[in-house]
Amino acid sequence: MSLLRNLGAWFNERLDWNSLMAPLRKKTVPRHRLSYWYFLGGITLFLFMIQVVTGILLLLYYRPGANEAFESVQYIMTQVQFGWLLRSIHSWSANLMIFTAMAHMFSVLLLKAYRKPRELTWISGVILLFLVLGFGFSGYLLPWNTLAYFATKVGTEITGQVPIIGKPLMVFLRGGEDVTGATLSRFFGFHVAVLPGLATVLVLVHLLLVQRFGISVPPKVEQEWIVNPNARREMKFFPNFALRELMAWYVALGVLGALAALFPWNLGVKADPFAPAPAGIKPEWYFLFMFQTLKLIPSKIGPIDGEVLGVLAFGLAGLIWLLLPLLESRQPSRPKQWISAFALVALVYMTGMSIYGHLAK
Amino acid sequence: MDILRNKFRNLVAGPIATFVLLVLSASSACGQTTNSCLDCHSALPEPLGVSADNLKLDIHVEKGLSCVNCHGGDATADDPDKAMSRKAGWKGKIERKQIPQLCGSCHSDPAYMRQYNPGLRTDQLDQYHTSVHGKRLAAGDTRVAVCTDCHSVHGLRAPSDPASTVYPTRIAATCAHCHADASYMKPYGIPTNQFVNYNKSVHHDVLTVRGDLSAPTCSTCHGNHGAAPPGVDKVQNVCSTCHVFQAQMYEKSSHKGAFQAASLPGCVVCHSNHGITHPTDAKLGNGSEAVCLQCHTAGDVCDQARATMLSSLNHLDQAIKESDQVLAMAESSGMEVSQARLSQNEARDALTKARVTIHSFRKDLIDQDIQAGLAIADKDLKVGQKAMAERDYRRIGLGLSLIAIGLVLTGLRLYIRKIES
Amino acid sequence: MSMGSSTVIEPKPATTPVHRRKFIEILLGSGFLATGLAFLYPIVRYLVPPRTLDLGGDSVVAAKTGELKPNSGKIFKFGSRPGLLVRTAAGDYRAMSATCTHLSCTVQYRDDLREVWCACHNGKYNLDGRNISGPPPRPLEAFDVQVRGDEIFVRRRREA
Repeated sequence: MSLLRNLGAWFNERLDWNSLMAPLRKKTVPRHRLSYWYFLGGITLFLFMIQVVTGILLLLYYRPGANEAFESVQYIMTQVQFGWLLRSIHSWSANLMIFTAMAHMFSVLLLKAYRKPRELTWISGVILLFLVLGFGFSGYLLPWNTLAYFATKVGTEITGQVPIIGKPLMVFLRGGEDVTGATLSRFFGFHVAVLPGLATVLVLVHLLLVQRFGISVPPKVEQEWIVNPNARREMKFFPNFALRELMAWYVALGVLGALAALFPWNLGVKADPFAPAPAGIKPEWYFLFMFQTLKLIPSKIGPIDGEVLGVLAFGLAGLIWLLLPLLESRQPSRPKQWISAFALVALVYMTGMSIYGHLAK
Repeated sequence: MDILRNKFRNLVAGPIATFVLLVLSASSACGQTTNSCLDCHSALPEPLGVSADNLKLDIHVEKGLSCVNCHGGDATADDPDKAMSRKAGWKGKIERKQIPQLCGSCHSDPAYMRQYNPGLRTDQLDQYHTSVHGKRLAAGDTRVAVCTDCHSVHGLRAPSDPASTVYPTRIAATCAHCHADASYMKPYGIPTNQFVNYNKSVHHDVLTVRGDLSAPTCSTCHGNHGAAPPGVDKVQNVCSTCHVFQAQMYEKSSHKGAFQAASLPGCVVCHSNHGITHPTDAKLGNGSEAVCLQCHTAGDVCDQARATMLSSLNHLDQAIKESDQVLAMAESSGMEVSQARLSQNEARDALTKARVTIHSFRKDLIDQDIQAGLAIADKDLKVGQKAMAERDYRRIGLGLSLIAIGLVLTGLRLYIRKIES
Repeated sequence: MSMGSSTVIEPKPATTPVHRRKFIEILLGSGFLATGLAFLYPIVRYLVPPRTLDLGGDSVVAAKTGELKPNSGKIFKFGSRPGLLVRTAAGDYRAMSATCTHLSCTVQYRDDLREVWCACHNGKYNLDGRNISGPPPRPLEAFDVQVRGDEIFVRRRREA
């Protein structure tokens, strides 16, 4: 033990570790009936770290390229020791992470944690969500099976619908006019280099901002605590909250393991660009609400093409979502009610459309 | 007109202009082509009427031929007497007896046909003379089929055109026009149930549902121009052009000699000729579909052999189903067994081969195929069982990990409680 | 306890009995160890490369040189489909898909006909895979053959 202490002291003399860690030791987390929502951000971070580790391990055997991708994933699933486990964990964790990221976002929205001075935290978070969706979209293609091939085809096709920049953007994404091996190479580059680089930077920024501003308290609870200061409760981050977070992480790990072992991720059939698209092709669940909406929009609304209008509408919605804190009132203690209502409507809409899209033929 | 410019322009231009004007006015009065026949006959009722729209799709018309090429006459004359004059070579309605000769006047002339389609055969008329239809026509029976009955006329399409009456999927219906008409066929005393039977057959199914145009229809076995039944002793030659293996086995089998001696038509005895249904193992059984017991007596040495053959087929079938089941279970639990799934196809191929070998009626040969199939099915079963064992191993591993996680969670809970109490 | 306006939850000085503390420590320690092992064991096993190499889906060793006599053929496994390797009478190698394009039976090489033949319905293909007689509607997909050392490699031709 004293060896460790001496080692710590040696590093501390040079890095001044203690003064760096001091604010963290003092960090507290508000404790109230809605505190459980605070775990979601950490769980998302944990799942992201799982993705990085399993992703790097998969990289050791995966081969990008239309001729080899499918076979290399098949090799991982059948020949590599515990390859099935790592691949299934990677796929399940991806879906779980997108779910927790969205839950985290909605909880922040409804608990109004994005108010001044935390606007930048929100903005960095929304961009991170878009990056995570990009991870999902690019990663989905990598096994090069039929479902992935056609889902990518449809998805990039919809991107091409955006006026003016749509077509060049689609060609940029596809690495050409059609979805080919070039698309696979490109998506691979995005998935393992570009997106991880951007995401890492943004995660660090996001965490630093959270650290800078502390944990926000929902308006109603804030009011209660102003009226009755004795009711205010807080918990030290280290070790109390951190230990609880660790429990949540272990639960997430257990859930992942169970999912990977009981419901291994399907491999499917190798993509054949010349085969017709399978009937009822659908994107993954996190894009379903947009996909279903586009299917329901009539083909023409006045002089404008329905699908273009839909894509533009979602683009606008995304922009509003990103800049939501700027629409909030100047006084953080009197937040605007319509934003909460808007958030609830959006949540109900997204959930409802996703279910509809899942059940529809 | 550069050639004429120097000397003859003034001489020739005038008459040319007048001629052109005349032709233009004449054609504007007569319609698109100089075909006076159609002017009247397109408006006449049956049987003299000819649909102009239909005629446009006729392959002879497409190639540039017209009414006068078959019927003679003068298509440029508007006056019916002039158009349909014997002097102009008008033949009128062609007699049925003359039709083959008329068609053959072009279609049997290789030099002539070469102008239009060098690849077309030119022996149809010769073939026709050997057919039942041809022979009866020569004997004076005009109720038999002639060229126009099958190919239609005045709207005749090439056989490769799906709308043609002799396109593979439509041939059976064309033959059935007469051959399924009981009252029409009464004088000939031959059955008229072939079409109905054929429509129940597996060949009809493959042709119309699966769209495989190489599947047999009436003309495949009977010939088209030289149509005649193959003859009792020749039936297996016809079947063997596609079903080679079965025919080879049958040739060497005990049944060949026996059927020949009894003047029985080979393949047809068990499989029928027109209503050939997809054969099942029930043919080897002793139920309603049994064929062996049509001749053999129950309990005799052959019947016992039959029972043995059937049971070995069933044995292999069962083995394949069993390994399929285990593989399916493994697959739905998430195990990767695609290689074994593929190998099952080889086992199924062995079963198919065994069913073909039945035609040799030799237990030892059948057993060879059965054993090969059983070996593969057994190997695949083992793969499936191994996959299920692996699945159980994974679940045990999961259980142990969850216990370990449970330990940590309990420990953390207690630790938290401890430091906060 | 803090005197201020808020109540902060923080670790208290130890008041629990020693044996209970020890039990919790052992529980936690063994739990961490067990989960740590459960986490690391698969990863370490994963990192060890398996014995069977991954050649990718496109290349397969179909046979060894000297295995096939001139004017003979061999069925080999190419990914999930059968392939046919033929050694012509002249001694050179041809490879093609062995799945008949008619009804998917497995074809074979006929040394008497010097052609590829399908037993199901008498379909015939030439040594380039082209369908020349019988019901098959399309040619057999031809593959590239490369002899390296004593191994005969067969590779798919098209690049997606």
